[in-house]
Amino acid sequence: MTGNPTIEKISCYHCGDDCLTEAYTLDDKHFCCHGCKSVYQLLSESQLCNYYTYNDHPGATRARTDRRFDYLSEPAIVSQLIDYTDDQVTMVTFYIPHIHCSSCLWLLEKLHKINPAVHYCRVDFLKKQLNIRFDHHRISLQQLVELLYDIGYEPLISLQDVIKEQSAATKDQLVQKIAVAGFCFGNVMLLSFPEYFGISAYEHSFRLFFGWLNVLFSLPVVFYSGREYFVSAWQNLRRKSLNIDFPLALGIAVLFIRTFFEVATHTGAGFADTLCGLVFFLLVGKFVQKKTYHHISFERDYRSFFPVAVNTIVDEKEKPVPLADLHTGHRILIRNNEIIPADAILLKGHALIDFSFVTGESVPINKTWGEIIYAGGRQTGEAIELEVIKPVSQSYLTQLWNNEAFNHKQDNRMQTFNQKVSKYFTVVLLVIAISSLLFWLPTDINRGIAAFTAVLIVACPCALALSTPFTMSAALSIFDRNLFYLKNTAVVEQLAAIDTIVMDKTGTITTSDNDNIRLNAQLSDEERELVYNVCMHSNHPLSRMICRYLGTHKRLNVTDLSEAAGRGITASVNGYQVRIGSEQHVSGYSRNTSAGTKVHVAVDGNYKGYFAFAHQYREGLKNINGLENDYELYLLSGDQDHERFELIRFFKTTDKLFFNQSPQDKLDFTGKLQEHGAKVMMIGDGLNDAGALKQSDLGIAVTDNVNNFSPGSDAIMDGRSFGKLPAFLKFSKDTVRIIHASFLISLTYNFIGLSYAITGKLSPLFAAILMPVSTVTIISFTSLATHFAAKKRKLS
Amino acid sequence: MSVIYFLIGCSVVLALIFLTAFFWAQRTGQNEDLYTPSVRILLDDSEDADTEK
Repeated sequence: MTGNPTIEKISCYHCGDDCLTEAYTLDDKHFCCHGCKSVYQLLSESQLCNYYTYNDHPGATRARTDRRFDYLSEPAIVSQLIDYTDDQVTMVTFYIPHIHCSSCLWLLEKLHKINPAVHYCRVDFLKKQLNIRFDHHRISLQQLVELLYDIGYEPLISLQDVIKEQSAATKDQLVQKIAVAGFCFGNVMLLSFPEYFGISAYEHSFRLFFGWLNVLFSLPVVFYSGREYFVSAWQNLRRKSLNIDFPLALGIAVLFIRTFFEVATHTGAGFADTLCGLVFFLLVGKFVQKKTYHHISFERDYRSFFPVAVNTIVDEKEKPVPLADLHTGHRILIRNNEIIPADAILLKGHALIDFSFVTGESVPINKTWGEIIYAGGRQTGEAIELEVIKPVSQSYLTQLWNNEAFNHKQDNRMQTFNQKVSKYFTVVLLVIAISSLLFWLPTDINRGIAAFTAVLIVACPCALALSTPFTMSAALSIFDRNLFYLKNTAVVEQLAAIDTIVMDKTGTITTSDNDNIRLNAQLSDEERELVYNVCMHSNHPLSRMICRYLGTHKRLNVTDLSEAAGRGITASVNGYQVRIGSEQHVSGYSRNTSAGTKVHVAVDGNYKGYFAFAHQYREGLKNINGLENDYELYLLSGDQDHERFELIRFFKTTDKLFFNQSPQDKLDFTGKLQEHGAKVMMIGDGLNDAGALKQSDLGIAVTDNVNNFSPGSDAIMDGRSFGKLPAFLKFSKDTVRIIHASFLISLTYNFIGLSYAITGKLSPLFAAILMPVSTVTIISFTSLATHFAAKKRKLS
Repeated sequence: MSVIYFLIGCSVVLALIFLTAFFWAQRTGQNEDLYTPSVRILLDDSEDADTEK
């Protein structure tokens, strides 16, 4: 190739980023930085270069090369992180966000080639977890984490251990219960066929044998697989409420008892296959409903985003201290890119704090000596020393979690349709059963009991119990495909019941990158310097954006500075008078210009031009206009109100836009709306919205990367699908309508069954056919209807 | 026809063996990660075998 070599782009052999220099080469391979090169070096020394053959550029960029895992030498912290330890080995599970391709898998399972002290490594690809068993005499946990870091797989270590919570949640043996129920269902069905087809009189002993076998198979179904229905029904009875589990448990019990008696007294074949089928289908419904997202956590709070430990300074020496042990009065050292975990006073160093996690505002704020810095800020630049003035849990940001909204568990904040209906259903069912018993009792006791039990069997709300899980799981997978992740199936119904939507501004309806300033002026270098110096002295977000846009300039002496809120700044720099701000402020008159925020500049009375800020609202924000008729829309912003007029385009009126809202204000506002009977959905992104997300009836966290931090919420939405919000809301209503329809279908089946049952003449064959048929109808109706609805809303 | 007692006994025992096998697989966590093995099997470890032998 004869072209100019500077035009040809060379990408890093390790991570695939563009190489800006040719300084890092090894074995004819180019690297973008020293970090990437050293990973390659380490791997080639251990003969693990196959890593690069499975995928191109599998690595993560290593431009950042500061390692800080000193806190992993603290035994108190180590014991929290490991899964198991004895004299010989220790086992630990890490969450490694970078796991993304087969190369990652290959390399991480070959750790023992780099360090033989590692006995065993297993990757769980979907959960992005690495399970390691190692000899802790030969390698410490800190060294192990450093090794992972050196090969480019930094584990994410946080106090709130998502991994352990996950493993604790999956211990209810549902799969085993389904296996047992399925096994018995199959066998019982086989053994019941002879009865249905008719057994001749001389084969009577077979009938007895089959009958008792059926009873035997029903035992594990009732007492193992179906046990939770009895437990749940009993618990609800004691709380004096009727849920759907009550008629189900009643149905199971009646089925079993009647089967047992019929077999024991030779009066019939019993309903063993109906019983087994019922429990089997019910459990399958339960299984379908339980969809888990391994890579997303809905329960995160500040602990998962704060560091595990901080470096304190004791007697001029650094000592890592677990976050929980951090007291008032501790002197802490915060390095570049570290998060300040508690409210503290700045003692030493130049603080430039990025509060993007707290406020969504990504432009760093200058703090001077003696100022209080609130927890949650991230230091950028040199290391600083601070003195803690409030414990972690009492800090400005974290005290939100002490609010009562976080204390009571409110998993299902609204009653689902199923819960509402099952109450009446149970009552009606009992009334019909008892009245049919009373009707036959005077004439024929046996027939009365037969009718009573038959009603309970036939009306057992199997189809009703299945309609919600199957519809919801189908809906959930539709949402999932559209990058909208719901915590559980009940959230779909909550979504449909919402009538008020509250939105956060920064990060939620705007995108996080702010690089969209356009300079519409001819400024000389000297003038740029002047503007930079004036803006340096203002805390207004626009000033800070201008500073960032202009880059770093020489500091000049600024005098006579005056800032008129909402209008602009006037100051003298180097003998020039500089005016920056609104057109009215700068040039004295105002032409009514079109949309878009502009900051005008004049030096010594000469108008120079303006900075134009194109606000990066999320694509599809205009779609929310359509929501106005059906929902009350509010906007709560932590920012100043300089975007008020921009936002009218989307919200039509300004009465529902609120600015300068603190995290606590947002929570209170949500609570107030609820007091007036509104069903509030809060959409937010940062930690500052966490309180309102929790307080609301349905909290949705918007994020650009679902693996990143997002506050605790009921649903997590990928920023790219924000524009689909109206479609999501409509679809959730469709889903509820489908549940209502399938409820009607199952009621129809129940009426057909009941008309036979109350006469007391329910044949086992009829029950055995009715139950699966109704189940299959419901399952196919719900999944077909859900997909049809999704297609209608253009979501599939 | 009494052979039916024997045949049904056999079939139930056979089915029970499968059920136990499933329980064992479940208990030892073989169904926990259903995706990673499908990737793992595509990675060859020939070079690995050379160095270890």
